[in-house]
Amino acid sequence: MKTPGATTTSISMPDLMTAWLRSHRNVAIQSLSNLLKNWLTSLMTMMVLGIAMGLPLLLYILLVNVLNLSENFDGKPRISIYLNKQLEEADIKRVLTVVNEHSNTQSFRYISPEEALADFQFRSNFVDVLNTLASNPLPGVVELIPSYTDPVKLRSQIMELEKLQEVDTVLADLLWIERLFSFIKLAESVVILLALILGLGVLLVLGNTIRLSIENRRNEIEVVKLVGGTNSFVKRPFLYLGFWYGIGGAISSWFLVHICLLFLSGPVELIAQSYRDHYALVGLTFLEGLVLFAVSSALGLLGAVLAVYRHLRIIDGSL
Amino acid sequence: MILFDNVSKRYPGGKEALSDVSFGIQAGEMVFLTGNSGAGKTTLMKLIIVLERATKGQVIVQDVNLNRISAKHIPAIRRNVGVVFQNHQLLFDRNVFDNVALPLYIAGFQHREVGRRVRAALSKVDLTQKEKAYPISLSGGEQQRVGIARAVVNRPSLLLADEPTGNLDPELSKEVMDLFIQFNQVGVTVVIASHDLGLISRLNKRQIKLHEGKLL
Repeated sequence: MKTPGATTTSISMPDLMTAWLRSHRNVAIQSLSNLLKNWLTSLMTMMVLGIAMGLPLLLYILLVNVLNLSENFDGKPRISIYLNKQLEEADIKRVLTVVNEHSNTQSFRYISPEEALADFQFRSNFVDVLNTLASNPLPGVVELIPSYTDPVKLRSQIMELEKLQEVDTVLADLLWIERLFSFIKLAESVVILLALILGLGVLLVLGNTIRLSIENRRNEIEVVKLVGGTNSFVKRPFLYLGFWYGIGGAISSWFLVHICLLFLSGPVELIAQSYRDHYALVGLTFLEGLVLFAVSSALGLLGAVLAVYRHLRIIDGSL
Repeated sequence: MILFDNVSKRYPGGKEALSDVSFGIQAGEMVFLTGNSGAGKTTLMKLIIVLERATKGQVIVQDVNLNRISAKHIPAIRRNVGVVFQNHQLLFDRNVFDNVALPLYIAGFQHREVGRRVRAALSKVDLTQKEKAYPISLSGGEQQRVGIARAVVNRPSLLLADEPTGNLDPELSKEVMDLFIQFNQVGVTVVIASHDLGLISRLNKRQIKLHEGKLL
């Protein structure tokens, strides 16, 4: 008894492969042209998807901009390292090497006790008082500007510095930076939460759209199955439909976000000017754009898969 | 070609549509399946294209035991069988060409080959001029001929027709029957379910008579 698979058709293996690819290409084009044929309905669905994805995206972009601002901000924390008094030249060199070699050091400056004294004399009115002192009361100080303002990194850096024998105390104003970071963390969580909720919304919208499309083409599905269409052949157009919806949703959310940024760029520039600064809002980078398209088309595909598996089983049962 | 061995089919709900039916159809035969509505003709056809499965007995078509095949292999079975339905089962959102081409698209034929085969099938049913027409604009007889063209476009060795003349007047019925006879003459096995006894008796072909699910 022959296996049923062997009696399919007279098509040989390589032909089957090209036939499969051809079928995919045809279906992809056909489902796209179906979408374009009913462009108004498609556009509306895509705009719903665009809004659902655009909201968390916009928040994310704003967050990126806030982070950007805080990086460029002149109020970066400075770490002041007060050295012990009466250090040898070699000891100071050792401290400076340690500071220099730390991964989180952007720049640093050593202020010797003499320089500090001269500076102090220059700035204050205590010249006379200072002159009465037998020795220079000021310690040497290393002023350090860290590369990253992440409070966790700053804390560990400070701890390391404090361990040095030559170091007396290390001072840094961490409080406001910690607050800023906890706000940013909160905002990040909000973005993630929103993205999850609205991602679910995208899935539901797509699932419903594709369910309707399956219902509309129920007759076609039945006929295709009657004349020997495989389940994957039946499913394929709907999966591509989901994929195209995803792409359309990505495009519309991209536009939404950039229109919003355009709208916001004026007020932002005004604020920047009031601080005698200049700041241009950043939009999506190329890579972020790619991620947007990948995520969106994946969501589209997933929504389609869910709808197709649920509803084709019903149709299967009715045959 | 087709072998039914003690086949019974009971639908959920208790009604036995076929009981202990045994018969064989040779390759190249043309056979009529007759009997009143509800005699089990449609169920028998459904078993051949695995729209239903037998509750008991063996159904063997083209050397394949249909009771044993998995759902995955059903499409392959159907591709080797051309089926003509009483209600045509045409798709009204596409033209005649695309309707007939459907089985070829499914089987993955090349574009040029699709065109060649579709035109050959349409010329057999004498509808070459209607290639671009939509089914809605065709008469009942023409729609049925489109259905036949679709059934034969893949050059199946077995052709099933369930009441193909059910909705047609006698003259159109004869035309459609003539088409089936032509296919049979080039070697296709043809099984036609019909209760148009007048027409059948004139054709002098073997009949398989069903009555309330039993072979007469």
